[in-house]
Amino acid sequence: MAGWLGALKKTRNIIGKVFSSKVNIDELDIEELEEILLRSDVPVRLTMDIVDELESPRRKATRRERLTELLMKELGETPEFNWPSDNKPYVVMLLGINGSGKTTTAAKLAKRAIGQGLKPMLCGSDTFRAAGSSQLKLWSEKVGCDFVGGEMGHDAAGVAYNAVESAIEKKCDVVLVDTAGRMHTKTPLMDELPKMCRSMDKRRAGAPDAVWMVLDASLGQNAVIQAKQFNEVVPLTGIIVTKLDGSSKAGFLFSVKTELNIPILFTGLGEDEDDLVPFNPEEFVNALFDENSDADEV
Amino acid sequence: MFENLSTALQKTFKNLRGYGRLTEKNVKDSMREVRMALLEADVNFKVARDFVKKVQESCMGDEVMGSITPGQLVVKKVQDELEELLGGAHREFELTGHPASVMMMGLHGSGKTTTSGKLAMRWKKSGRRVLLVACDIRRPAAVEQLMILAGQVGCDVIGPEPGESVPMLGKRAAKYAKDEKFDVVIYDTGGRFQVDDELVQELKEFSAETNPNNRVLVLDAAIGQESVNVAETFRDAVGLTGLILTKLDGDARGGAALSVHAVTGCPVLMTGSGEKMEDLEPFYPDRMASRILGMGDVVSFVEKAQGVVDQEEAMKMQEKLMKNQMDLEDFLSQIQQMKKLGSMSSLFDMMPGDAMKMDQKKKDAIATASELEMKKFESIIQSMTKWERQNPKKIDRPRRLRIAAGCGRKFQDVNQLLKRFEQMGKMGKQFKKMEKRLRHMKKFTTK
Repeated sequence: MAGWLGALKKTRNIIGKVFSSKVNIDELDIEELEEILLRSDVPVRLTMDIVDELESPRRKATRRERLTELLMKELGETPEFNWPSDNKPYVVMLLGINGSGKTTTAAKLAKRAIGQGLKPMLCGSDTFRAAGSSQLKLWSEKVGCDFVGGEMGHDAAGVAYNAVESAIEKKCDVVLVDTAGRMHTKTPLMDELPKMCRSMDKRRAGAPDAVWMVLDASLGQNAVIQAKQFNEVVPLTGIIVTKLDGSSKAGFLFSVKTELNIPILFTGLGEDEDDLVPFNPEEFVNALFDENSDADEV
Repeated sequence: MFENLSTALQKTFKNLRGYGRLTEKNVKDSMREVRMALLEADVNFKVARDFVKKVQESCMGDEVMGSITPGQLVVKKVQDELEELLGGAHREFELTGHPASVMMMGLHGSGKTTTSGKLAMRWKKSGRRVLLVACDIRRPAAVEQLMILAGQVGCDVIGPEPGESVPMLGKRAAKYAKDEKFDVVIYDTGGRFQVDDELVQELKEFSAETNPNNRVLVLDAAIGQESVNVAETFRDAVGLTGLILTKLDGDARGGAALSVHAVTGCPVLMTGSGEKMEDLEPFYPDRMASRILGMGDVVSFVEKAQGVVDQEEAMKMQEKLMKNQMDLEDFLSQIQQMKKLGSMSSLFDMMPGDAMKMDQKKKDAIATASELEMKKFESIIQSMTKWERQNPKKIDRPRRLRIAAGCGRKFQDVNQLLKRFEQMGKMGKQFKKMEKRLRHMKKFTTK
């Protein structure tokens, strides 16, 4: 967990704010506690429930213990993710709205796979945004892995097909398919996603093996709606949270888990290509109650 | 945006209207609901608290308590407070100076580069010479993205030279823009993962070199509680003159729009709501407030229509419709004008009343269906010869088959279009009849 703490600490130092050490929750009055939860984008209903629960002293546990327990329960079990070794290449499709950080996350995942001795391939199927595919191409050169992309205006499903084919030829272990960002409310664009899945499945039955949604940590309650809509079009198998730093707390993750029951796999903590670490619920919950000294300056 | 907030507020007001008299208890209960609605819409928790407190206080005042229709007065109070929260009067960019300059800032993925392109498009249309400057030297392919956008807009663009620092580039660009007599120069600065010292330093230096008269922060509309922190940090670093909210075409609840002005004092200037270069609109706090309260925004709708529809052309079209002389050429140009109005769902949002209060998904489904149909009709008409467009009644089966093959649509689609067109003709006749009858009635009454 050194990576996680390290990254969080680093970002805090960069901001240069003075942070008190962990707030003593047992000393806070219930209203302040409510504020902390709300400020972290924890869903409003859940916040109200927790506050109600804590107001009635039923057990002998301290408030902090009970709070952590309640929040952990909400997050549920988080299974550790490992790249499967059979059925190669393992095809992962990354989805999300515009600007959520898909491309950068794809590059980070590639780097991670290389670190574990695997041979990844990056596929830039963002043929919609100006220069979308070339951004990933530059990343692939930086990380040092194979790349398949398409020109602007090409059919994204075709590009994905080519990537799977090329990965089989080159004996790659993992294919990371970066898709164009799309708003979850735009039906025609969303319809492109199942089409991409079908065309990959044609080349290698069962592909894509995993569909991960990338969510920006600074999002509010809308994040859950986004995930739900994507999940309806292409069933998601995992969530990745990006841009999680000292001040963006991503409290919406509590409802992602309960309302969708999709595991949260990774978190992006910084701009470096090494800043992607497995999701750690305990650290996540603890981070909510850090950095409270500026609570009243807002 | 604001659908959920809008629904919650209206429900609360409906309850309040039912009471003959307001008591402390029923005001308090409804304010609790309002607060929840605001929080769920990602409004900053402090802003939500203050808002509720203010409204509650003014509701408990004598003016409201003593009124015969307290419910309606509360709605008025809320509307006033909302307007205030959203920033009062509408504000524009400062486009004076030679050249006027705009510095675009924001976090990663907020939509700076796309919005820069949209602004360039907007000002180019109003007859200004625009220069785009690509200052994002870190994100891979960011410069390339802006170059492509500049190509689409048809304006000039300059990017960094090898080894050039961002402030140096800014200085060079400012000089270039002045020498070449551009009217507006837009600097698209690099985004950051979060606001850090390095970024702040770079922005400060850049701002000092270029001295832009607009310093604009671009924010994703779906941002949560963090919106206020981000805006404050940028404001403290370089001083903001305004904000642009992007990605309003999603179902984001727009809490940022309600919070940021209240906390930072910076007005929201524009909103972006789509991927096309035209999808950028000025922000009007008063109109937005009435939209939130379910009163619609007919003013914006009419303005928008006036912007795209040629008045004379419209009169001619009306006459043709009345005389049943419309042909498919006219139908096509009508479709094209409709398209210029923007997306269907954004038009729906401006309509007042309960008819348009469907849930977002249904609304989007209808909007998408009608957009697809218009696209279909357009392609069919474009596959017709001139003669066919002028004589729709004479299009026989072989012609229909050829047209269908030509545009890759089904034979039935062609039939559907022709039928729809025929119905329009009938409507025209009815209008004419009604007009006659009205004239007749007028004669009658004036006598």
